Formats: sequence, structure tokens, C-alpha cells
Amino acid sequence: MTHLLELRNVTKVFGEGAKATVAVDEVSLYLESDKPSIIAVAGESGSGKTTMGMTVLGFLRPTRGQILYRGIDVDKMNADQSITYRREVQAVFQDPFASYNPFYKVDRLFEKPIAKFKLASSQGEARELIEEALNKVGLRPREMLGRFPHQLSGGQRQRLVVARAILLNPQLLIADEPVSMVDASLRAGILEKIRQLHDELGISVLYITHDLTTAYHISDGIMVLYQGSVVEAGDVDKVIKSPVHPYTQLLVDSIPWADLTLKWGKQPIIEPTEEDLARLAAAGTACCKYAPRCPQAMPRCWESRPPLFHADSGRVAACFLYESGTTLEKDELGGLFSALNNGSS
Amino acid sequence: MNENNVALRVKDLHVHYDTEDGVVKAVSGVSFDLHANERMGLVGESGCGKSTMALGLMRLIKEPGEVVAGEAWLGDKNLFALSYEEMRMARGLEIGMIPQGAMNSLVPVIRVKNQIIDALADHKLGLSKEQLEERALEALDSVELPRKVAEMYPHELSGGMKQRVCAAISLAMRPKVIIADEPTSALDVITQRQVMETIGRLQERTNSAVILIGHDMGLQAQFVNRVAVMYAGKLVEVGTVKEIFTDALHPYTQLLISSLPTLGSKGVFVSIPGIAPSLLELPSGCVFHPRCPKAMAICNQEEPVLHSDSSGRRVSCHLYGNGGMN
Repeated sequence: MTHLLELRNVTKVFGEGAKATVAVDEVSLYLESDKPSIIAVAGESGSGKTTMGMTVLGFLRPTRGQILYRGIDVDKMNADQSITYRREVQAVFQDPFASYNPFYKVDRLFEKPIAKFKLASSQGEARELIEEALNKVGLRPREMLGRFPHQLSGGQRQRLVVARAILLNPQLLIADEPVSMVDASLRAGILEKIRQLHDELGISVLYITHDLTTAYHISDGIMVLYQGSVVEAGDVDKVIKSPVHPYTQLLVDSIPWADLTLKWGKQPIIEPTEEDLARLAAAGTACCKYAPRCPQAMPRCWESRPPLFHADSGRVAACFLYESGTTLEKDELGGLFSALNNGSS
Repeated sequence: MNENNVALRVKDLHVHYDTEDGVVKAVSGVSFDLHANERMGLVGESGCGKSTMALGLMRLIKEPGEVVAGEAWLGDKNLFALSYEEMRMARGLEIGMIPQGAMNSLVPVIRVKNQIIDALADHKLGLSKEQLEERALEALDSVELPRKVAEMYPHELSGGMKQRVCAAISLAMRPKVIIADEPTSALDVITQRQVMETIGRLQERTNSAVILIGHDMGLQAQFVNRVAVMYAGKLVEVGTVKEIFTDALHPYTQLLISSLPTLGSKGVFVSIPGIAPSLLELPSGCVFHPRCPKAMAICNQEEPVLHSDSSGRRVSCHLYGNGGMN
């Protein structure tokens, strides 16, 4: 069976030689086409999560590895396949202020793709499509169309971007921090719309974020990236409520919950020493990348890189603390997520 | 609260923007006391006037904005009565600000050390070159950055480090009042915690008071002692962090808190109905009534007063009557 999306050992390196930065480090993942799911890709700034999204969208070419959409290598698509891919894979980006050209009315955001993908045969039909898409995200067309971006709030602009994406009837939505610049009070509304689109239209979503609270609420599965590698992945409930990898534990411990009984900061933030960083650089791939910051680092963490171990059912962690569990081959991460999906629905 | 303990007293502050479309009342009649050693949160949605209030207090409002009325007492000094030059000296020495997106305000071609020294030298503290240099290094110590950062350029630093450099510049002269306007809005959770912990330790060491402005109620819950909730240019509720998070009185505060994701209610999305009103045309009566689930007949006619009880808890809502809270 072909997968909707598959990342095969995707690596993206920026720069060369001593200055090379490995942004995405051999990440494999697949999403099944008949089981729409929402997978969160989480990590701190610089963890490679946005780069990963950019490669899936075809904006960046992986240095090594392949990205396949419905079994076809995105890099080797012919014109027709490329058009289909461009229509079916849609994006919502972080900054609702930067995704508009201020000189044009917001209508253009919808008219362009309708013309490009020949979605309507008349003006009237185009208008209907636009209104339908706006209604789906809970915006009144009369209040939105004919206006300029600066006349709308951040929340309205971000919902318009989501409306533009659904206009194209996508199969996959890459949402890169879609609510991080929107007021907390409006976040819930936008996330609920994305969740609804998933439930009602069967759209799969890659939700890229540094915000674990929203990831917890919207997604089924989560993969936590650290310096381009998966450190923990699986059932979002398990990962957020009882993280096992020391890095995920620090991330979760740093969430500012709006709950006075859940105080943040039980774990100290360890700044890596110069010696440890040099040691990490010298060790190359024969070392756990998190060792310099890890409060539980053991000698062996400096000797080899931990594979993904099953910490419990439905969850894996790249950490030797869990080596009693069986290992999960990298390319089986998709299987882990799709098993979760079976369980929940 | 002890009267002598007040670090900053704001009285009936009004800030207006005179625009082509009319007068935008961004801050209308805000009053509060900030105590020494206190961390007060100022929360509200975008456009509620919280950043304008901060800029107003710093006297940094640009045309067409103007502080049209109000007093801000730092000890025996009313900031609005100071001359331009006196105010310039007070900024940094007595009241410091870490503005939103501060990390993008560093000059890319000047070493970090010199950017800190510039601020110190400008305040004519009578320090020698060596002393200035030492103070700059101490400022880096105070925000827990290694001293080698002094010789670096901004592009060599991460976002969190740049934000801490900005805090070091703002706080190098140990002001008694620190206004932090969304100091961590672009940072990830670990860096955010690190920056907030740094600001918190600095505040404790210098016995200063902090106003933390932001819309992230979670950050407020973790960091502040007292919360002031602002809506459409007015304070609608003020209480201790415990009161606000466990027993919010104003319906707007209640909605703000229920819209936050918690661990308990996965997949439940609550948003506040409607959008914030235009500050050009405020609704009649209570400014929140068009969005309020508990609105009554009186709410669109009469503006509620911000009542205060004996412990200093304040709320402006008709639900709690005119005689104050029960």
C-alpha cells in the first residue's frame, strides 16, 4: 500500500565542512493514506522542525533521503504530479502578518489559487467556493472580502489562511506554528477549526510547534525532535503527561501551565560546558547529542548513539535508560503512529 | 499594604491616539499601585492597551499618541511632571523597560559590551572607562551570561541570549521598577523559562518591582504575585495570582482562564466569543457587555465602577453590585 506521505531517512545539512549544520538528521516517518491523523512535530528553536516541514512542502531539497507523496518522489515529479501535490499539500505558517501582500485585498489570496488550479469556471462559481471556505472556518464572507489585510486582526488573518488551504481540498496540511503569534484567547478557535477539518474532511495534519500544550490538545501522536533527531515519539497523552526522555522531561517541566498547582522549573536547565561540547563535536555520530545537557548522562551515552527503544507500548525514546525495551527501526515510526490511530478510533 | 512600600503609583492614566478616524482611547483611566518586591502581571488581548500603557509610563508614546491625563509617582517624583532631560535620566536609572521583541533592537555591528556601555555612559554616572567596562561585565553576570559574550556581536548569540543582553542593558542601572513587555514571546519554552528565571532572580536581588505584560496566562501563573486584567483600555479586575486563577470574578477573566489549555480537558477548545471592540467606538455601559455571557439589562446602560475591597482586590462588574464585592 502506498502511504500518503513518506519521509525516508531525510537529512538536511546547511553549509559545508566544519561549519555544516545538520538541521534534520535521518528522520523517517510515514502517514497512511486511509487513516488521517494529526501528528505533532515538537522541539525547541533550532531543533529542525521547521526545516522538516519545508522539505515536505518541497521548498527545501533534502541533502540525503527522499520525500514521497503517494509513493512518488517529490523531487522527481512530472508537471501533472507536481500540480496535484501542490494542491493537495497545503501550508499554514506562523506569522499571519507576513503571509499577505499589504497592497492587495484579501480576496486575492483566494482568487489566485482558484485561477491557478482552475477550480471554477465562472466568477459566480469562484465566489461560491470562497464563501464556502470562509464559512468552514467560521468567518462571515461579507465582513472579510473586499478588505485589506491591515483591516483584519491576527486571528482573522490566520483563519483566512486556513480557509485558503481548505479551498483547495487538501489531503495534508502542514501547520507550522499556526497559533504562536495569535492571542491566547483566539488560539483555541483556530485549533478547533483545524481539528474539525481533520475530523470532517479527513485531512491529515503535521502540526509543527514548540508549544506542547497545544500539541497535546490537537494531536494523536507526537514526535519530539532534538537537533534534528527524534528523541521521543508516540502517544501524545503518554509523552506529555509522563515523558521518559530527559530532554522531553525538561521541555514538559518548562511548560507554563495556567495552573497554580503545576509549578514549572523542577528541573534545572543545564548549560553545556565547553569541554562537553567539544567532546560531542569530536564524537560525531558515536554519541548521544543530548549528553552535554543531560542530568542522567552515563559513560556509554558518550560512546554510541542510542536507537529508539520501546519505553512502553505506543511510545519510544532514543535513550539508553530504556534499553531493556525492544528497539524500533527508524522507518517504523509511521507504524507506531498508525497503531495509535487504530486504538483511538 | 504599607503605604511606604509603593514603588510606583499610577493615577487615572489616559492615553489617546488622535487619528484621522477619530480619537482612539487606548488607555482610559487606569490606576494602580505597584509595591516594592512585587511582580505584577498585566494581561489582556492584543489591542487592549497594555503595551500603550507601558510606553505611556515610560513617556515613549509617539505621535499621534499622547498621554492626555494622569500621574505616575515614582517615590516623590511624578514622571509626567519631569522635564524631557530629567525623564531621559529616569529611564534606565529608576524605571527600566524590556520591550517586546527587544532582541531585534540590538545594533548588529557593535559588540555587546559597547552596547551596554553606551546606555551607562549616557546616564552620566561619573564612571571611568574601566568602571564602565566592569559595570558592563557585571550586567552580563546579572543575567547569567558568560563574560565572553561581551566581545561578541549580536548575530553570534541565540535568541534567548540576545533577550538576556537586552535585559542586561535595561537593568544595568538597577532601576526600582522594571516593565517587561512580552519579554519571551518569540522564544521556546526552555529558553523562556531561563529568561524569566533570570529576570526573577535579578528582581529579587535588587528588591525591584516588575510589571510583566503579556497575553500568556500560563506565564503569569508561573511568574507573578498579582494580576491586573485589562480590557479595552480599562482595568476590569485586579487580584492576587491565587484569587485570579482559582476564583476569578469578572466574566472576562473567567473566559480568559477557561480558554487556556489544561492537562485535564484534552481536545476541549474554549474561545471567547466575539472580538475585542474598536477603541474608536467603545460600546455603551460596560465595555465588555457585547461579549459577556452574563450580561444583564443594566450592563449596556451604566458603566460599572472598579470597586475595591479591604484586601485590595478590585473588580468592575455589575454582578458584584454597587456596594462592592460580597
